[in-house]
Amino acid sequence: MSSLQSLDIKQRSATTAQPPSVRNTTEVAKLIDVSKCIGCKACQVACGEWNDVRDAIGRNVGVYDNPADLSPETWTVMRFTEHEEAGRLEWLIRKDGCMHCADPGCLKACPSPGAIVQYSNGIVDFVEEHCIGCGYCVTGCPFDVPRISQDDNKAYKCTLCSDRVLVGLEPACVKTCPTGAIMFGSKEDMKEQAAGRLVDLKERGYQNAGLYDPPGVGGTHVMYVLQHADRPGLYHNLPENPSISPMVSLWKGAAKPLALFAMGLTALAGFFHYVRVRPNDVDGDTAPGGNLPPPPEVKKEERRHA
Amino acid sequence: MTNHWVDIKNADVVLIMGGNAAEAHPCGFKWVTEAKAHNKARLVVVDPRFTRSAAMSDYYAPLRAGTDIAFLGGVINYLLANDKIQHEYVRNYTNATFVLTDKYSFADGIFSGYNEAKRSYDASSWGYEIGKDGFAVVDPTMQDPRCVFQVLKKHYSRYTPEVVSKVCGTPKEAFLKVCEYIASTSAPDRAMTVMYALGWTQHSTGTQMIRTAAMMQLLLGNIGVAGGGMNALRGHSNIQGLTDLGLLSNLLPGYLTLPREGEQDYEGYIKSRTLKPLRPNQVSYWQNYPKFHVSLMKAWFGNAATKENNWAFDYLPKLDRNYDVLQAFELMGQGKMNGYICQGFNPVASFPHKAKIIKGLSNLKFLVVIDPLATETSEFWKNFGPYNDVDTANIKTEVIRLPSTCFAEEDGSLTNSGRWLQWHWKGAPPPGEAKADADIIAEIFVRIRALYAKEGGTFPEPVTSLTWTYRLPRSPSPEELAMEYNGKALADVLAPPDPKNPKAPQAVLVPAGQQLPSFAMLRDDGSTSCGCWIYSGAWTQAGNQMARRDNSDPFGIGQTLGWAWSWPVNRRILYNAASADPTGKPWDPRRKLVFFNGKTWGGADVPDMVPTASPQEVHPFIMTAEGVAKLFVPSGMADGPLPEHYEPFESPLTANPLNPGNAKAFSNPAARVFKGDMEAFGKPKDFPYSATTYRLTEHFHYWTKHVDSNAITQPQQFVEIGEELAKEKGIAHGDMVKVRSNRGEIVTVAVVTKRIKALDCGGTKVHTVGIPNHWGFKGVAKMGYLANTLTPFVGDANTQTPEYKAFTVNIEKA
Amino acid sequence: MDMNRRQFFKACTTGLGASSLAMLGFSPQPVLAETRSFKLAKATETRNTCPYCSVGCGILMYSLGDRAKNATAEIFHIEGDPDHPVNRGTLCPKGAGLLDFVHSESRLKYPEYRAPGSSDWKRISWNEALDKVAKLMKADRDANFVKQTADGKTVNRWLTTGMLAASASSNESGYITHKVMRSMGVLVFDNQARV
Repeated sequence: MSSLQSLDIKQRSATTAQPPSVRNTTEVAKLIDVSKCIGCKACQVACGEWNDVRDAIGRNVGVYDNPADLSPETWTVMRFTEHEEAGRLEWLIRKDGCMHCADPGCLKACPSPGAIVQYSNGIVDFVEEHCIGCGYCVTGCPFDVPRISQDDNKAYKCTLCSDRVLVGLEPACVKTCPTGAIMFGSKEDMKEQAAGRLVDLKERGYQNAGLYDPPGVGGTHVMYVLQHADRPGLYHNLPENPSISPMVSLWKGAAKPLALFAMGLTALAGFFHYVRVRPNDVDGDTAPGGNLPPPPEVKKEERRHA
Repeated sequence: MTNHWVDIKNADVVLIMGGNAAEAHPCGFKWVTEAKAHNKARLVVVDPRFTRSAAMSDYYAPLRAGTDIAFLGGVINYLLANDKIQHEYVRNYTNATFVLTDKYSFADGIFSGYNEAKRSYDASSWGYEIGKDGFAVVDPTMQDPRCVFQVLKKHYSRYTPEVVSKVCGTPKEAFLKVCEYIASTSAPDRAMTVMYALGWTQHSTGTQMIRTAAMMQLLLGNIGVAGGGMNALRGHSNIQGLTDLGLLSNLLPGYLTLPREGEQDYEGYIKSRTLKPLRPNQVSYWQNYPKFHVSLMKAWFGNAATKENNWAFDYLPKLDRNYDVLQAFELMGQGKMNGYICQGFNPVASFPHKAKIIKGLSNLKFLVVIDPLATETSEFWKNFGPYNDVDTANIKTEVIRLPSTCFAEEDGSLTNSGRWLQWHWKGAPPPGEAKADADIIAEIFVRIRALYAKEGGTFPEPVTSLTWTYRLPRSPSPEELAMEYNGKALADVLAPPDPKNPKAPQAVLVPAGQQLPSFAMLRDDGSTSCGCWIYSGAWTQAGNQMARRDNSDPFGIGQTLGWAWSWPVNRRILYNAASADPTGKPWDPRRKLVFFNGKTWGGADVPDMVPTASPQEVHPFIMTAEGVAKLFVPSGMADGPLPEHYEPFESPLTANPLNPGNAKAFSNPAARVFKGDMEAFGKPKDFPYSATTYRLTEHFHYWTKHVDSNAITQPQQFVEIGEELAKEKGIAHGDMVKVRSNRGEIVTVAVVTKRIKALDCGGTKVHTVGIPNHWGFKGVAKMGYLANTLTPFVGDANTQTPEYKAFTVNIEKA
Repeated sequence: MDMNRRQFFKACTTGLGASSLAMLGFSPQPVLAETRSFKLAKATETRNTCPYCSVGCGILMYSLGDRAKNATAEIFHIEGDPDHPVNRGTLCPKGAGLLDFVHSESRLKYPEYRAPGSSDWKRISWNEALDKVAKLMKADRDANFVKQTADGKTVNRWLTTGMLAASASSNESGYITHKVMRSMGVLVFDNQARV
């Protein structure tokens, strides 16, 4: 394969070999300014169009959110919250998707070599041909982002349009955003952009406006400008202090040096099963657990005229 | 739009009312966010619903659907009562100084000249006092009790904040807060733009709603300036173009008008449209009407249009009334029509009272549908269960469905809301055997013409003599058609004779055969042809101006004069000479648009003025006979010279709070209502809730339910109700509900929201039911009921635009 | 989206071998990965205008092939034109999804005819369809054209056939449509200006 980008890789799942580190590519970031988002879903559509994925045509469940959740074919969704405070109504609309953490829990958790990589520009990418579909990335993710496809049993999520960024273009969602609520550039520039927005928001009465770039995951390459940064939970349960699950930390941090080969295969499998919550919710006979997405309602073949 | 999309960035205050730009025009709305970011602009949204635009606003105020005139009339009253107007602008650029005759009166909600039996006005009592010199009398002090300023002040003094609150249900403090934002732009160095759309047009008082806002903008001095204007956000990609080209019952291209049947005499027809100035030295541009008209007739009928036959005047059909869409379906219902052609148009989904539309189409002998998509209209005769429950065997209409290309498969130009004509190019062949619209029309025409040549028929002359010199008669190229509407010299176009030396040969301005550079070259002697005078300049001798792609903005205020081409004469902001004071100096030195340097006009835009006219003499509104903008309209409006609030034809109230004692003034007294339709209006006891229909940002009308991506993002029909109404009715998120009007019912999903609140209208609590369009019985999205199953069959008194935005329904859990 | 129990165990067993090795730092593979290839590299770019609302956003359409004789162009991607002064490359959800409009399964491909009372379409040729339309129109015009009113006014109008013109068609289509319909005396004529 001629297009392998070995020199631009910073981290690779389940791999100890150190990547070359001479090249310094610009660290990039996407800045999502919630105060400018009209929730039009252009980014959702542009994402599907660019990446050649289309989700099933679902149904309306009494809210504007559609599709209702992320899926292997929907890598970003708008989350709508109606928030009323002191007689003032706000429609808080957050574009949800991969945050491209500097310290990615998915990558840490992934047991398959090279299935998850982090490029030196900060993008965390799934390499599906190496993906074994175990779902640990789902558990490892503090933002509940990756989804496993039923079609090929592989994990999918936003790539930050790594194919576009590689040739010097902005991601598809960024380019399409009608109001400029999604910006893209170097992480430094995006922080500066955010600082300017915060001045404007404070001047308009949002005293707690702030930038969401959570340190618990080493900062993110997708950041939010929030009107109420003191309460990220208002925005459809955006985690206040996200961090990698202690189980993943244990598994990758402390446990590994203890020569895990000594562990019996059974014990290991049991541990995986514990970490991987979702297989407990199979067969469609139980309600979806926790904050995990509900099972798909419509099979791909049935989507038309459903 | 008087201005254009990018210019919105120059605004200090943006008022979105009667529209929802963030939802329906997101990429244009970007310039609001730019104004906020770079100009510290404040966005104010007034709407029955807390919309996506409201979510971006600095201030939002609710109002009851259909009460915008009351709200804006209240704003006018506030501006006048608090002296928040731009005095010099009002004095010099509006007809505030014009004096009315003593025949004008207004009482109990009705203007002088009303004929109740005909539901119409005789406007003769609304005219100006004409002086001995033949010109209108003015009072620059604006103190004369009969001058427009004083009449206006008196009229709107009734629209107090208390009355506004009672009619609109807007809390008084919220109304006053909006007034403050608006009033801040009366300073000459502050501008407000008004962005509106079908939220104003689709009312029985729609035209007057827009006029009220325009009057407010004039009082503030916000018309003709950068960052100001009255900006109609058109709904379709080329609806501006089709309107400019006159594809309406009563129009000819370029806002020329068809003769009424009373206008048998060509001279009279021309004279009544050639407006003489009402003030000394004023320019009245419609004095050129004969040049535009004769050039059009030469473009259409060539050598068959001669001076002797009055330029083929009798080839034009003459109107006894307007045949708008409501009239058309009324006639169909009565069995008075036989054929109908729907080109890229889906009336079953788009027109009110779906049952009446289906009945109309069922009465036809034939229906031709030309469309890229399988529309509801083309299959109106098929039974789709509850969504279209028809008796197919008993529908005897022949239907011919012809596949047409879409944008991606053709060359041509579209005119956007900012009046830019932009050329586009074909990227791929169409699917199957689909053909371009122009080719389909040409094929039909060529066949009909051949039939007339072969077998004769009734009055074949206009058909057989229609200019048809296209290289491929069955497939005229977009280039040929564009060159035809731009116009060319049929003979040498000569300069006017030199008055000092009348015998000297006249200079040749445009040699015969060349494309015209602009409508300034048009002549009324048959030496020029031009299919649409306002589009003259689009394809000149220098080539296709619409294809230009220079996006530089040399003055930094968003004026990209080298990008595409804008009518008229590439001017981007209409009435822009009003951005300068009466000495020709810009009101706001930071936002210089055009200015007069003592000799000529120039600046960042093509001046809307005779280039050498002194601003001391010629006022900037040269398309009016007055030369100034009209706060009071002495003629031309069907329902009064000043806007007055009337209730929607279906209202949750039983009396008009502004004129409670006069039942005649409950709803628009000059709106046309067909026999039987008045009875089909619901009464508050049966249908207590105010309802309004609208677009969602994820969809475009009834097209994108055929589009996977959009069906995914908004798959299924729903209605929106407030939490309070939901609680009263026991309706929860996602429940199926039945919404009924006096014309039909739909069953759909309920979205319960904080974004729609109950309003207190003088003690009557009014709930609103929001009904998005977009679903139907064809496409890839989930099937749904057409929203127009519910809407009433009545239109605006002036335009007959259906009243989709304010009617009444009832709702219950299904 | 979710796995069933069988898939889970299958995944576990395949995954375990590799992951256990990796845990020990025995990853057998070098540090390599690749992004999806950039799909527009040699596509043909055509400039167009979004056909939905009236903002008139500039769009770039990318099609298969380089317009060589033996390739048939097929549009496979559409995005905003960054040079356009209004949209500057952005597109709303409708514009961003234009590709699915171009290729919608609802696109009509052939002329069709529905006979009175019939419940089906019948595919017909263009010739048959256009001849039919022309004959129906002429017959109705000849039968119902009004040259004069009862009181002798020349009116030359045809009221029994009407037309709705397309607001998404080009100015050139609109212009010729108007010219043709008015030449026949049609007054029942409208477009989407009101709706």
